[in-house]
Amino acid sequence: MSDPYPASGGATATAAPPSGANGDYYLPVGLPMPAPSPEGLGAEFWDAVKRHELLVQRCNACQAFQWGPEYVCNECHSFDLGYARVSGRGRIFSWERAWYPVHPALKDALPYIVVLVELPDAGNVRMVGNLLGDRRQEVVIGAEVEAVFEDHNDGKVPYTLVQWRRTG
Amino acid sequence: MTERSIRGKTAIAGIGETRYYKRGAAPDPEFKLTLEAIMLAAEDAGIDVREIDGLASFSNDRNDPPRIASALGMKHIGFSNMFWGGGGGGGSGAVANAAAAVAAGYCDVAVAYRGLAQGQFGRFGQGPQMAAAPGGMAFTAPYGLMSPAQSFAMRVQRFMHDNGVEQDALKAVALASYHHAQKNPRAVMHGRPLSAEDYDNSRWIVEPFHLFDCCQENDGAAAIIITSAERARDLKHKPAYILGAAQGSDYRQAATAHNAPDYGTSNFKTLAPRLYAMAGVGPEDVDVLQSYENFTGGVMMSIVEHGFCKPEETNDFFTIENFSAPSGKLPLNTSGGNLAECYMHGLELITEAVKQLRGTSPNQLENVHVSMVTSGPMVQPVSNLILCSEPHA
Ligand SMILES: [Zn+2]
Repeated sequence: MSDPYPASGGATATAAPPSGANGDYYLPVGLPMPAPSPEGLGAEFWDAVKRHELLVQRCNACQAFQWGPEYVCNECHSFDLGYARVSGRGRIFSWERAWYPVHPALKDALPYIVVLVELPDAGNVRMVGNLLGDRRQEVVIGAEVEAVFEDHNDGKVPYTLVQWRRTG
Repeated sequence: MTERSIRGKTAIAGIGETRYYKRGAAPDPEFKLTLEAIMLAAEDAGIDVREIDGLASFSNDRNDPPRIASALGMKHIGFSNMFWGGGGGGGSGAVANAAAAVAAGYCDVAVAYRGLAQGQFGRFGQGPQMAAAPGGMAFTAPYGLMSPAQSFAMRVQRFMHDNGVEQDALKAVALASYHHAQKNPRAVMHGRPLSAEDYDNSRWIVEPFHLFDCCQENDGAAAIIITSAERARDLKHKPAYILGAAQGSDYRQAATAHNAPDYGTSNFKTLAPRLYAMAGVGPEDVDVLQSYENFTGGVMMSIVEHGFCKPEETNDFFTIENFSAPSGKLPLNTSGGNLAECYMHGLELITEAVKQLRGTSPNQLENVHVSMVTSGPMVQPVSNLILCSEPHA
């Protein structure tokens, strides 16, 4: 059987032990868990990250990447969309350090860093995640990062988040 | 072919505002505040409130036109309209939609209004408290990216990086609003001056936004009466002619998970040229600017994208001197705006733009001819407006 998610450019994401392996997550338990849209859009992505695979939506007609998932290719308007397995290699496109608890679960986790990461192996689409490590570290736009899969297996419904750590 | 434009065809004839309150401090329900503002606006125009036959609002306003029209005994409704989208993106758009309806003959006297009692409903600054974040939210909320401040800080950070902008540029926007509020007795922050040191020492909400880079949360209501230019000339006040208006959004700005191709933007790049083209003026003709501050960084990008300075000139242009009435190069948010007068979702910016043309601003400039408003940077869609003392530039 052929691979349902053809790999694109470079190795797949590092499956090194995530920081959350022992329930030691970057952000505390209690934040909303990720879910597909009510119609199921995004389900393949959230299933794949549980297997520590990073997928990005890709048009089967014109090969354009797009993110987040949508029902139509914004480039060629084909409805024939699939997912490609991409490397976990990324580059910090923007960032922010949050100091205000926008959710009660965050009040003992301040500050924390949110990064917007572009994926050069997937048409520079961007993903949001947390930057692992020192919460007060200097964050450099353009810095190289790699995906880290943070498994949340202690709840009723297991899920995995995609986090990022500096490589360069 | 006739010119497809509303330039000079309509004017703002009346403005009405309730007292502005801190969040939760309004003694009246939101709907009652809304009625009060509409009645004040009609009275200001010298028009019987029952004559209003068009109603327009924005940001999913809870106070719907049929209830308002029934409560006030309006003779009929000829036009009722909601500008799509959240935040303050539709402030200018609601006025422009009302103006377009008047110009097209749907109604004769329209009101653009906003009632907002944040103390009586949910707050904007908190994330959703739900077990699961579905769809697009799944890509942000589990990572603690949940509030408007956080969504927009990410865009502003990128703009600052691309153009070498320093924190002082954002500070200048905050200082200007607080400076102007000190001469405005209606401002919630009247009597609460802000110094550069206060700003520097204030806590971070989310870098690069300090506390004072973020708008207030307030209760109140505001309303604006729009009618034909001909009718406005016979009413109580000098008309504020609507010279130009634009609304909309740039290419794929609402792409999920922060994937808008042009990212460090206020979303005005395709609107600004359309606004100036309709009005027949350029940024060099603008005497005074009211620019929606959800966050100071949005004001920064709005000012740049409307051509008041080049991106690489931001550090030099963004000074308290340039933004101060009456003598600054570009007097900005001269009532105190969302930061220091009241967060009435930017409708208070439009009433202030009218006051500058009438000569009744708390920080009045001399000889105001062109008075401009930008509404709702970084949301989708956004809008803007140019008002003028004459029906042509
Ligand atoms: Zn395609």
